[in-house]
Amino acid sequence: MRIRKHPSALVFLALLAVFTLAMTLMSEAYGSGVVPTSTIKTLGKTLCLALAAVAMDLVWGYAGILSLGHMAFFALGGYMIGMWLMYARTGEIVAATLANSPIPPTTEELRQGITGQIFGVVGSADLPLTWAFAGSLPMQLLLVLAVPGLLAFLFGWLAFRSRVNGVYLSILTQAMTLALSLWLFQNDNGFRGNNGLSGLQNMPGLTDVPQSMISIWFLWASALLLAGGYLLAAWLTAGKFGSVIRAIRDDQTRVPFLGYSVEGYKLTVFTISATICAAAGALYYPQAGIINPAELAPIASIYLAVWVAIGGRGRLYGAVIGAVVVSLLSSWFTGGRAPALDLGFYRIEWVNWWQVLLGFGFVAVTLFAPRGLSSIIDVIADLRPPRRRGADLGPDISALREKEAEA
Amino acid sequence: MTALLEVSGVSKSFDGFRAINDLSFNIGAKELRAVIGPNGAGKTTFMDIVTGKTRPDKGRVLWGERSVSLLKLNEAQIARAGIGRKFQRPTVFEDQTVAENLTMALKAPRGPFAVLCWKPSRASETRVAELAGEVSLADRLTHKAGELSHGQKQWLEIGMLLAQEPRLLLVDEPAAGMTLAERGQTTTLLRRLAETRAVVVVEHDMDFVRRLNCKVTVLHQGAVLAEGSLDHVSANPDVIDVYLGR
Amino acid sequence: MHHFLLTLLLLLAPPAFAQDLASVLQTHRDQIERPSRQTIAPVIEALAGAGPQAGPVLEAWADRRLGLAGDRFVIVESDRATDAVTGAPVADEARVLKPNSGVRGLIGTALVQFQLSDPATARRAAALDAIARGPDASHLDALREIGADPDPAIAARKARLERLLTIRFDPDPLARVAAIDGFSGDTGADLQAVLNPLLATTRIAAVTIPDGANVAAELTPGDEIAEADAYRLLVEAGFAPARLSAADQKAALAAHVVNGTVGGVPVADLSDPARRDAAHDALAETGLVLPAATAAEAEAALTSHHFADIYVEPNAEVTNAARSALNAMVVRRGAQQAADLTLDALSLASIYFLAAIGLAITFGVMGVMGVINMAHGEFIMMGAYTGYVVQTLIAGRTLSLIVALPAAFAVTFLAGVVLYRLVIRHLVNRPLETLLATFGVSIALQQIAKNIFGTQARPLTAPAWLEGSVGFGEIVSISTIRVAIFVLALLFLVLFLWIMNRTRLGLEVRAVTQNPGMAASMGINPDRIAMMTFGLGSGIAGIAGVAIGLFAKVTSELGSDYIVQSFMTVVVGGVGNIWGTLAGAALIGFLQKGIEVMNPGNTLAAQTFMILLIIIFIQFRPRGIMPTRGRAAEA
Repeated sequence: MRIRKHPSALVFLALLAVFTLAMTLMSEAYGSGVVPTSTIKTLGKTLCLALAAVAMDLVWGYAGILSLGHMAFFALGGYMIGMWLMYARTGEIVAATLANSPIPPTTEELRQGITGQIFGVVGSADLPLTWAFAGSLPMQLLLVLAVPGLLAFLFGWLAFRSRVNGVYLSILTQAMTLALSLWLFQNDNGFRGNNGLSGLQNMPGLTDVPQSMISIWFLWASALLLAGGYLLAAWLTAGKFGSVIRAIRDDQTRVPFLGYSVEGYKLTVFTISATICAAAGALYYPQAGIINPAELAPIASIYLAVWVAIGGRGRLYGAVIGAVVVSLLSSWFTGGRAPALDLGFYRIEWVNWWQVLLGFGFVAVTLFAPRGLSSIIDVIADLRPPRRRGADLGPDISALREKEAEA
Repeated sequence: MTALLEVSGVSKSFDGFRAINDLSFNIGAKELRAVIGPNGAGKTTFMDIVTGKTRPDKGRVLWGERSVSLLKLNEAQIARAGIGRKFQRPTVFEDQTVAENLTMALKAPRGPFAVLCWKPSRASETRVAELAGEVSLADRLTHKAGELSHGQKQWLEIGMLLAQEPRLLLVDEPAAGMTLAERGQTTTLLRRLAETRAVVVVEHDMDFVRRLNCKVTVLHQGAVLAEGSLDHVSANPDVIDVYLGR
Repeated sequence: MHHFLLTLLLLLAPPAFAQDLASVLQTHRDQIERPSRQTIAPVIEALAGAGPQAGPVLEAWADRRLGLAGDRFVIVESDRATDAVTGAPVADEARVLKPNSGVRGLIGTALVQFQLSDPATARRAAALDAIARGPDASHLDALREIGADPDPAIAARKARLERLLTIRFDPDPLARVAAIDGFSGDTGADLQAVLNPLLATTRIAAVTIPDGANVAAELTPGDEIAEADAYRLLVEAGFAPARLSAADQKAALAAHVVNGTVGGVPVADLSDPARRDAAHDALAETGLVLPAATAAEAEAALTSHHFADIYVEPNAEVTNAARSALNAMVVRRGAQQAADLTLDALSLASIYFLAAIGLAITFGVMGVMGVINMAHGEFIMMGAYTGYVVQTLIAGRTLSLIVALPAAFAVTFLAGVVLYRLVIRHLVNRPLETLLATFGVSIALQQIAKNIFGTQARPLTAPAWLEGSVGFGEIVSISTIRVAIFVLALLFLVLFLWIMNRTRLGLEVRAVTQNPGMAASMGINPDRIAMMTFGLGSGIAGIAGVAIGLFAKVTSELGSDYIVQSFMTVVVGGVGNIWGTLAGAALIGFLQKGIEVMNPGNTLAAQTFMILLIIIFIQFRPRGIMPTRGRAAEA
């Protein structure tokens, strides 16, 4: 780890620690109770989203791959952990029910009971093959990383190998997440169709622990994961590896002549980023309580890109700032807590107009502050872009351009 | 003398236009060669084929003592095999420092995981400083490449090529946009490099080629028109015809 | 045979009735008043034999319009009543009779006789409809005896109906086979409805299959029939005892818990299936429960019996003829359905083409400069809403449509130009940021539309002449609106080619696409050209919106429903080539329909597979079906 290259990492970690500690001390379970449990959950989820944004920044801001399907990995991670949560929790309930019967149940009867509970809603009586490991936490934890990682690897291998680049790749990733969500929407594919997985906030074995405590545990877990993911991303982008992927972003036709395989590096970054996203999703959905295929809709992934763009891509703290600011603002505005604006002739209800504000605000950020909100920090920290005297940053169209470098 | 690079019977056409037409070309392990020819003679396409950027329609391109076919390799593999290419326009990574640019080019394992585990050592740092000194950028190591002047970028790119330690160096019009003094420096450098490796210089500035004082290959319409010393090819009536026009 | 006689009587000797209407009514008054399905048949026959006046009476009875006023039968007509026999108005309060549906069915059958010889053509046609709906053996004779109908259409229908009823009801198998063979080449649904029941089977289990049974197929347990199903048949037929199910076993064990053990096995151990079996066996030995059939016994029972599907229809010749006729029908229907599907796919392709052509124009032309417009879908939506607004302002549907098309073009053209001037122009050479910025515009526009028009779907109604469908044959039919969209797509293709190849704008666009620097030095303003092209592409999106709005619901999400397919179309087709877009639309349209056929009733799966196929397709043709060629493309 080369902290000296990323002084921001230490500041970030310190801020994160202070924040988590402060929230714990204000929580209902361990502190004064100023902050309600629902807010703690929202904050915990926001930290997970921030990690997803860091993963997005890794592929887009550093390697120049605009993936419009990253939430697919996030949601897949959620599905994988959700399978265990739902199976184990249903297992407890079924076991409790069957314990009252005169004859103790066989394992097969338990299994059938669980299957009936979980899949009765989609009219299926058999446990799908995809749930073969649902009873085992270590296996499902492995799958949290393995399934999205493998999907990203396969998809990336196909796409990068045939040199699909730029907007083509973006549209292809969008198609990937759309296909996956349509597939999950089907009842007979073993993921409960549009019902999704629910009741994920109930931890198996922790029935007696109140949600207020669990929410704090998850806040800590999310903070730790975000810290870990941030450090991993910082490590990846700091050394020579970071140099190479930024070189690929700026001029991917030149890099092969240095002997680096562009495809190999893109594939590595894409897969690592997908697994980070998946880990974030695996912590997000137990806090959200429910996951369904709508979470994989292409628009969710585009929002992820929007957060990173608003926060400022090409810097990890920018991604975090974007995700935190936009998602918190979003829930503030759409939650109906923002005061309506009375124009005299028209009353602006933010529930209805927030998306318009976000849309146009985003266009404005793209036009006027291409480096995003984090450029404010740059001004404060006096980080100056290089003086280029009008020259291009690189000949590739995906390269960072003069103008945005100046901004 | 066995050839380091052997190109034989290579042809390539773009939409019916024959850019390279049954071209054959050899170069030894330690040789300086100038390739000249008018615009559209196929010089750039020739370099594209050797470096794997373009696949020829037919022909063979063999490399090294074991005669590996370069046609089966991609650009990165060819670069790793020991062929370095200097582009006409300086292409360095402007958002990164001179040191980062040079470090990236240093000869070292190129796989993603090897690179992830790579750590800067005293040796690597000395080597980077040494290379920077060689291309007169020693005081610029921490500057971003984007801040360099055009000529300095050219030098940085040459420095990156040296860091790669290639066995064959393809140089595309090095003299373009250089001052007279810089040209002199460049000639000296190229000749010194050719003492330890093969160097192919593509150029159409005759003065510059004369100063290199080496064997010359004249390309015309995608094929070799003449080969020999500059005086020898200058006397060739075909070459005169091509250069002076009919 | 009564019906036969009755028909004869009706035809030959109208005045000589067995009994007159009045007396029949009086004789059977009680039964008519409180009819029962079992006993009413003779009464209906008697009524039917009571002359032409009986027709209206039967009809009224069936329609629950026959009533009793005192002791007189009356026919109730909305608020007035007339005497059933004399037709004289009756002032008394009438009590309407309410025969049940079974009785009304019988009356209906009798009525057919009247109606088939009715002088009114419509009534005779209605009678044939009634027969076709509920055919009966008795109808066959009626149809055969009633003689030629003066109306040729009805005569043909009657003849066809007679053949169909022959297949079902004729006692002579040869006549039935002949009737089946006579239909060769026919694919009518009515014929299929007659043939299919002939091949109905029942599944039997027997020690030996009875001689003379019309066997459809012999079934081997574990092969054609699952062993569990076969054993169930044996149990149902009483050939074997039922096997012990896990639930029964559990219930039996639960009923015999003694001091925490069952048959000597502790209850706690009973979570193990082997221990449960042991406990049950122990219970069986002491006679507390019946012993379960063992696996070996079940196996023996299965091998000692035969299983078969037996046709309900006893005659093998008839079933063979029906089977071969149905097989032939399947082949012909397959061909017709293929034609139908081709048309469906064609119309889907034209929709995608319409949705994508505007995108292809902006992406193809501007693609060189790196513009992809994520707000394209919202332009389609704007076009559709423009159509809706125009329709609320102008009453005539045809007129409003004629106004809506240019209005939609104008609105979205302007929107496109504004978007270009304000956003896209400032993001030249930053394709990914353009993509995201236009996405920002897209979500804002979508929400604005939602705020203005609400979330519920708005109707955009097609003019009457666009409703209905154009048919070819019985199965192949295509709605007029889809034909219109196909025509519109063709028009756009021609218009595009004309603009690109025959106008100054097209020339300049091509110049800018091929070499912007050179074009600029020739005095062409690339910025203006790009703006015009962007406006044109957006305007076409607006028109496409009106077209799509005519058959889809106009909501704020209309655009996003089509945007991914539009992107696919353009990407699959290849950038910068209208023929590529056409090919892409055709490929995607046909692919989607084709996959839908293989996954009937599962459009989700169809879409999933289609996207997967496209992703794989892109692997092999990363630059689309019709890529831009040349040295530049190599780089």
